[in-house]
Amino acid sequence: MARVVLDPTAETAPATRERTPRPAALTGLTVGLLDISKHRGDVFLDRVAEHLTAAGHTVARFRKPTFTKPAPIDLRHEIATKCDVVIEALAD
Amino acid sequence: MTTDPDTTTLRARRVDLGASEDEAEAMFERGWTDGLPVVPPTPERVARMLTGTTRAPDEIVAVVPPNLVECSVEKVAINAVLAGCRPEYLPVVLAAVEAACTDTFNMHGLLATTWFSAPVVVVNGPITRAIGMNSGVNALGQGNRANATVGRALQLVVRNVGGGRPGEVDRATLGQPGKYTFCFAEDEVGSPWEPLHVSRGCAPEESAVTLFPGESPRGLADQLGRSADHLANSFAAALRTVWGPKAVIAFDALVVVSPEHARVFRESGWTRARLVEELDNRLQIPGAELVRGAGGIAEGVDPSLRDTTIPKFPPGGLLVVHAGGGAGFFSAIVGGWAAGAMGSDPVTRVVGD
Repeated sequence: MARVVLDPTAETAPATRERTPRPAALTGLTVGLLDISKHRGDVFLDRVAEHLTAAGHTVARFRKPTFTKPAPIDLRHEIATKCDVVIEALAD
Repeated sequence: MTTDPDTTTLRARRVDLGASEDEAEAMFERGWTDGLPVVPPTPERVARMLTGTTRAPDEIVAVVPPNLVECSVEKVAINAVLAGCRPEYLPVVLAAVEAACTDTFNMHGLLATTWFSAPVVVVNGPITRAIGMNSGVNALGQGNRANATVGRALQLVVRNVGGGRPGEVDRATLGQPGKYTFCFAEDEVGSPWEPLHVSRGCAPEESAVTLFPGESPRGLADQLGRSADHLANSFAAALRTVWGPKAVIAFDALVVVSPEHARVFRESGWTRARLVEELDNRLQIPGAELVRGAGGIAEGVDPSLRDTTIPKFPPGGLLVVHAGGGAGFFSAIVGGWAAGAMGSDPVTRVVGD
């Protein structure tokens, strides 16, 4: 005899979204640099920004209010609107 | 003989188990457990669990991180069955899920952090006696069904409904055993103080859960101190090491005061507020001891703070609870996690029907 149990999960596989194709080169693209507000993440991003700027690329800087929470929706929207690619710095 | 409950109103997806499938193994294989066996959530068991609350099965209790999923009373009940709860525990589990999923408690961050912390559930009020929770001997340990399964049910909701699993969004470096379950009742009857939930604004006749983002408890022995001052000095010295000996202002702590230590505070006439104030006074630390390199420890605060005095804990960062067996001049310290708006603050929620 078949036994039945009830599903304890959300019953929703996470919506899969296609990633934007990785660009072959950064020429003419805007690179977003997202600081998650963790200690010394800015040190890494400052250096990355130096390199990118020296190579003639456009850089835009962003910062999460706190590393312990997801980025606010407005910030995510702003990054998606202004940037073509994003580099996010974790730290520790 | 119990009458079969009505299972026709249940909305969760029904999963058929194969005739030759072992029930316990089937739960593991579907990823529904925390590593320990669970009770298979048959429709009959879930319907019986729902008799523990007056709330409608389809009512939304909370939006559960990390996947931000709306969680119904029925889904909480299914996970309470998995955890081994009795129906009368369900209102406590519902309150714990509500408290965990607030922006103030920040369950998302608590789950994702590399730190050890887990939601510690402190239960107060008449329901603790009604459902037989343990606030006495071995209060923080094993052996009491309500303590064990209420805390476990909360973790299973985060795992199964929210999708928060170790190695995925849960990035803890080491974790700790309290991530299976960490729930206990305050001993209100023997306490020298008003119950914790009353200190936090609830009425004594109400029941409530208070969630704290805690690591494992660590022991604190002081067997000779017979004045509140002596004990406060010991407590403060031990509290100074929370997160690290030179960490300041960024972390909270929960102090579980045992009956023998509590008796000393009672005899000295110290209220809970007085104890917290006295601990805070003893934990104003000279910057010279905290700057990077001091004491041969690289960790520390910026050298510019050398001539300042810095409190170990932010204002309101110490919670004091009374629990434990009658023998032992031992209390416990439960270190917290990133405090305040940047991380998590304790949250108290009244237990409904």
